[in-house]
Amino acid sequence: MCGTCGCGDDDHITYHKPNEENQEHSHLHHHGPVAHTHFHRHNDHQLSLHQHQGHSHDHSHDHEHTHDHPHDHTHDHTHLTTTQTVQIQRNILSKNELEAARNRGYFDALKVVALNLVSSPGSGKTSILERTITEKGRELNCFVIEGDQQTMNDAQRIEKAGAPVIQINTGNGCHLDAIMIGKALRQLNMSTNSTLFIENVGNLVCPALFDLGESKRVVIISVTEGEDKPAKYPNMFETSHLCLINKVDLLPYLDFDMEKFLNIAKTVNPMLQFIPISAKTGEGFDQWYAWISQQGVE
Amino acid sequence: MHELSIAVQIAEIITEEAAKAEALTVTKVILEIGSLSGIEADAIELAVPEAFRNTICENAAVEYQYIKARAVCESCCNEFDPIDHYKICPFCNSLYTSFLKGKELNIKSFDIVKP
Repeated sequence: MCGTCGCGDDDHITYHKPNEENQEHSHLHHHGPVAHTHFHRHNDHQLSLHQHQGHSHDHSHDHEHTHDHPHDHTHDHTHLTTTQTVQIQRNILSKNELEAARNRGYFDALKVVALNLVSSPGSGKTSILERTITEKGRELNCFVIEGDQQTMNDAQRIEKAGAPVIQINTGNGCHLDAIMIGKALRQLNMSTNSTLFIENVGNLVCPALFDLGESKRVVIISVTEGEDKPAKYPNMFETSHLCLINKVDLLPYLDFDMEKFLNIAKTVNPMLQFIPISAKTGEGFDQWYAWISQQGVE
Repeated sequence: MHELSIAVQIAEIITEEAAKAEALTVTKVILEIGSLSGIEADAIELAVPEAFRNTICENAAVEYQYIKARAVCESCCNEFDPIDHYKICPFCNSLYTSFLKGKELNIKSFDIVKP
């Protein structure tokens, strides 16, 4: 069926690579306005104008009559309704998951590595992206979707760093969902063999529930946060593939116990990989780039 | 407060499915919520009636079936009750375990009145 108008002309749809021969085909659709007429009845809305100039009306209505019902009414009648239980057994997030699957198909077709970056606010997601784009923007062919409740600030930073970016402002929403990503992708015009960074809303709770269709989920923690973050927000660490430990340049000034953090995180997710980095000094970024490159190979 | 957006999803799904079944009204809804689903009982029970307002589900009784987490060890094959997301096997201390139950976030069924 034609996806545009639903006209049922399957036969006309052909698929060709741009350089193949015989790629011309015609597919005529008439989506223009078809002549049609609307009939409107205005009977119900007609205004009745009454003019009463220089005279008065005297209306009196007497209604004196009684209603007697010297017989019994019975109220025996059958209700023609039935009750039914609908066994639906449907995942409440099924709509999101369907959209996520569509996004995943789009990424596969374009050979896009899509990374969903999640963290609490202030962990350094945008700074990590700025450095990544500045140093590897060309090589990785970076595109960015920014998620925040308000402002274009992050998108402006990313654009300045040199990557095409769409900002999603969620208003009151506390997370991005797959439907929002699908809409953003339609505007982003991604090219093949590229890397998409989705910077989720800063929040370690809700974004864990929403699959965006990403290839991998990257959780970012900064060493100024507590070592027990994975214990406090297990859902997020359990569903992530890589953990970037940011701001390691501050370690000499802090009491952050790296070993304790790694142990707690591995308890929640033994498969989680870790890369300590500093968006300020660039420490660990080579490892981060190597990890991204590996994702495209799989 | 992602519970509110979850509740709105519940109302949308039931409204669609009830229309397909040509329902006049929805009288009961049964939800399955696992302890690891990321949904708080208090928050969802507050959000659902709000999301149902002015929908076909407005007067439906809602039954919340909370499901406790259950895990299995991939090393020794024993089943156990994990404490929240910590799923270290209590039998062999392996970290390689998986959840059998507890992630549910489902509309199990709903009752409708049909003409």
